[in-house]
Amino acid sequence: MLRHLARRAAGFAVTFLLISVLVFGMMEIVPGDPASAMLGTSATPETLAALRAQMGLDAPAVIRYLRWLGGLLSGDLGVSTTYGVPVGALILERLAVTLPLTGLAVLLAVGIALPLGVTAASRPGGVADGVATLYAQAGIAVPNFWIGLLLIMTVALGLGWLPAGGFPGWGDGPGPALRALLLPALALAIPQSAVLTRVTRASVVEVMNEDFVRTARAKGASVSRALWRHAVPNALVPVITMLGLQISFLIGGAVLVENVFTLPGMGRLAWQALAQRDLIVIQNVVMVFATVVIVVNLGVDLLYTVVDPRLRRRA
Amino acid sequence: MRALVLRPRRGFRLDDATLLVGAVLTALLVGVALLSLVWTPEDPARMRILQKLRGPLVSGLLGTDHLGRDLASMLMRGAFNSLTIAFAAVGLGAVLGTLAGVAAAAGPRFDAVLMRVCDALFALPPILSAIMLGALLGPGAPTAIIAIGVFMIPVFARVTRGAAMQIWAREYIMAARMAGKGTVRITLEHVLPNIAGQIIVQVTIQLAMAILTEAGLSFLGLGLPPPAPTWGRMLAESQTYLTQAPHLALAPGLAIAAAVLGLNLLGDGLAARLDPRRRQAS
Repeated sequence: MLRHLARRAAGFAVTFLLISVLVFGMMEIVPGDPASAMLGTSATPETLAALRAQMGLDAPAVIRYLRWLGGLLSGDLGVSTTYGVPVGALILERLAVTLPLTGLAVLLAVGIALPLGVTAASRPGGVADGVATLYAQAGIAVPNFWIGLLLIMTVALGLGWLPAGGFPGWGDGPGPALRALLLPALALAIPQSAVLTRVTRASVVEVMNEDFVRTARAKGASVSRALWRHAVPNALVPVITMLGLQISFLIGGAVLVENVFTLPGMGRLAWQALAQRDLIVIQNVVMVFATVVIVVNLGVDLLYTVVDPRLRRRA
Repeated sequence: MRALVLRPRRGFRLDDATLLVGAVLTALLVGVALLSLVWTPEDPARMRILQKLRGPLVSGLLGTDHLGRDLASMLMRGAFNSLTIAFAAVGLGAVLGTLAGVAAAAGPRFDAVLMRVCDALFALPPILSAIMLGALLGPGAPTAIIAIGVFMIPVFARVTRGAAMQIWAREYIMAARMAGKGTVRITLEHVLPNIAGQIIVQVTIQLAMAILTEAGLSFLGLGLPPPAPTWGRMLAESQTYLTQAPHLALAPGLAIAAAVLGLNLLGDGLAARLDPRRRQAS
């Protein structure tokens, strides 16, 4: 078990370093640097050189990379050229929107997919199976930002039930903030739940044909007990795998949905940073997002061993 | 050999229906995209301010946008733009990913490095890559193609590697080795032809994904610049007129959904036909 953990942690470290080299390398070849972005086109070469020296931008690329890497690990991500505040603080502030948004989306996606997929698998070829298959095909095909627009059109503007955009912050308690996040989270969740429904159905159907489920039925377990007590827990590994793989899409989706609902999250920050050519913010936001993806995948990998005792023994 | 295998006649199955519906929708998409090169009801870039925000059938088949441009013509040309970027991106991902995948399967030493690089590339969603590339190249087709294509490299590499490893374990590969064939020749003559079906299925599925992603990039202004119509930008522009002209948001969204649905169904149908495990199971 410890060896497995150590191997996974080493893999995580290598991937993290590779991503950091990739992100740093890409931002390195972008024309201009934070100093020229701050001073604009009218700056004299002397002023520019002075600011570069002050910001440490005159050092060789390797040194600047190592400094940035050290900053990433210690939380010192530099100062935004647009907002003039530490990037770390800016990201933390925006994470307070993006993390609950994606967390709520995952909860909604699992909340839709698990019952739908399991019900469909309980009687393959039945009505519920047909509905689930249709939902899965349609849900995968629709872009989340379009679902967002439709929800604004119907639920927010048409019925007036929930806000069409903006975020009141967490200062007034979780109620108003969650109301503002509900529609964007639903827009993010629907395509994810479609993928998960498909995987859940397929996985449960496969497990239902296994000998141990048949044995449980022969010993007198009801269909629903055989399904929920025996089949579903054993069918969860592929569902969790898919949930881990989907995190990359969820983050990409968050950038879009935050823009549809004008939520001040990380995705909107990255998009605005591009418009303002705030390279320090782009570099760090991308790195934080990528780190979240690999951390989640590491977590998923470790979760397997909790969910499936066979893997625990093998590890 | 193939002609000697007798297959029992069988009825029309769900897999066949999936393949048929997928093929029809995809043919429609490609047909409309190609038709837009020679004919559209109106010039998609022609603005007629006096006829702005007209509903479907009031002005043209699907109405007009906030600048009086014909929505149907924009959708048709948008199909071509979307497909072009999707094909280029998937081509990039498929070629590089397949090369990496077969190389990893053939050489275990290369395998560990490749998988780590794949993990790193897969951790960068295309929209984030596009934001970085946008800073470098500015918005446009190259940004969209590279951002989507690079994300697909690990997808193709993983699929190809897994499939190729199974082929490398077969006895006829050992026979080919004993006959003196080298790694490259075995890969070209035996491995690639045997995994081509799985790569084709993956190309179809990834085309659907690329169309969705391209729409997202265009929505953010990171795709083809105006005046070239794109489905994503049409949706972005519709946001201001959601109550006044809902058709502006409905038509491009439905077009994206139909295109993606068609390609996904085609991919599923092809997988049922080309994947040997699924073929045997059915």
